[in-house]
Amino acid sequence: MEPNWALARKRPLLEKRARIVQSIRAHFVREGFLEVETPLRIPANAPEAHIDAVPADGWYLQTSPELCMKRLLAAGCPNLFQVCRVWRGGERGVRHLPEFTMLEWYRAEADYRSLMDDCERLIRALAPEGRIVREGETIDLTPPWERLTVAEAFTLYAPVSLEAAMEAGRFDEVIALHVEPRLGRTKPTFLCDYPAELAALARRSPGDPTVAERFELYIAGVELANAFSELTDPHEQRERFAREEAVRRAAGKAPYPSPAKFLDELASLCEAAGIALGVDRLVMLLTGAETIEEVSAFTPEDL
Amino acid sequence: MYSCSDLKKGLKLMIDGEPHVITAFDFTKPGKGQALYKCKLRNMITGSLFDRTYRSGETFEPAKLEDREMQYLYQDENGYVFMDQKNYEQIHLSEETLGDDKYLLIDNMEVKILMFNGQGIGITLPNFVNLKVTQADPWVKGDTAAGNSKPAVVETGYGLQVPSFVEEGDLIQIDTRTGQYVTRVKE
Repeated sequence: MEPNWALARKRPLLEKRARIVQSIRAHFVREGFLEVETPLRIPANAPEAHIDAVPADGWYLQTSPELCMKRLLAAGCPNLFQVCRVWRGGERGVRHLPEFTMLEWYRAEADYRSLMDDCERLIRALAPEGRIVREGETIDLTPPWERLTVAEAFTLYAPVSLEAAMEAGRFDEVIALHVEPRLGRTKPTFLCDYPAELAALARRSPGDPTVAERFELYIAGVELANAFSELTDPHEQRERFAREEAVRRAAGKAPYPSPAKFLDELASLCEAAGIALGVDRLVMLLTGAETIEEVSAFTPEDL
Repeated sequence: MYSCSDLKKGLKLMIDGEPHVITAFDFTKPGKGQALYKCKLRNMITGSLFDRTYRSGETFEPAKLEDREMQYLYQDENGYVFMDQKNYEQIHLSEETLGDDKYLLIDNMEVKILMFNGQGIGITLPNFVNLKVTQADPWVKGDTAAGNSKPAVVETGYGLQVPSFVEEGDLIQIDTRTGQYVTRVKE
């Protein structure tokens, strides 16, 4: 039998992917971060309305390493990073795999603004030519990148106001169909300050409690990272989890256990900020790949 | 009933009483928000194409289409002619209905014709078809990397990417669901 050609064809992109991951590690080590490994199979994820965890022998595969990483942060490790596999049930599309690679990093004594600076430094270190070319467009990586609030983005790009979209339960649809495709087209865009009810683990802005200190990074219309100033109030965190669970229940989804140890230890967490970045999508952007399967050795369909 | 998680390219749905096929599909999810299922749909009767975005929780009626096993005979000015081998009844499918599948049809191929109200509205080919390469650049000696590729054309006029070692005259297997090269075949 002939070698699997579809797989053999992926080799050039897999080599680029390996170099990118190695450069990510080198970058964070250089910046004084501690690389950690936390369990992939855990008793409870952070309950989120629209993220489905995959059950695994009574526990769950992690949807993100955030809870264990925040426990380490609360125990006094100041700057942490991890590159690991995460699982999200039912997610498969041009930019989605149900199992993919996440880069997360956390900073103590910092808020989400310092993570924006981190993103600018990281991606410029990975693209030393200072630009990304995608679909014939050139995205200039010279800092500072665009910072756009959700409210401003709705005013610029959406056919309805933010308030109207929220009221009609159409926020996600309007963002996905009208706003996202316009973001990060000439420079990367930090879409920031989400309505507070759309952030399960983010701190409310001290200046405006109706919004949360959360941002998403977009490059060429691709959503690359989600970040926030961490919520450190265990009481409010329990309430937010209960609200997410209520949305799940209303949609007829299975209830999730509450992450008890995380909630207990959250009281020791200082001011901190954390971010999750999709490594597969970053590789797509840096290599010009159009689909996530081009940069992943195997997809579920290949197994 | 289908749910959103069943949606994929090639799935056939009833919409407003008419069968439709999903010709392109993407799953997307903004931030930590609700999943959206973006479909390009083709009305299998009128051929009209349109986009629809569905949200989780929606359900869909499957298009129940009768499958008839038929054999491909020939192409004439009215389209492509197939015959039911049990009762010798013949039907025509238009070039438009066949789409890119017309490049993967070979004489006497046994196919499934999708019927709706007595009319042929679609085709399902066998999963694999063998076709002869009629055009390809010669194999450059020394190009042994397993993943290298080059364009080629097969006897039906269909163009695709093949490994660099494939040469004119080779018989190759193509997956009709993806249109991609699978392997060389010994004659």
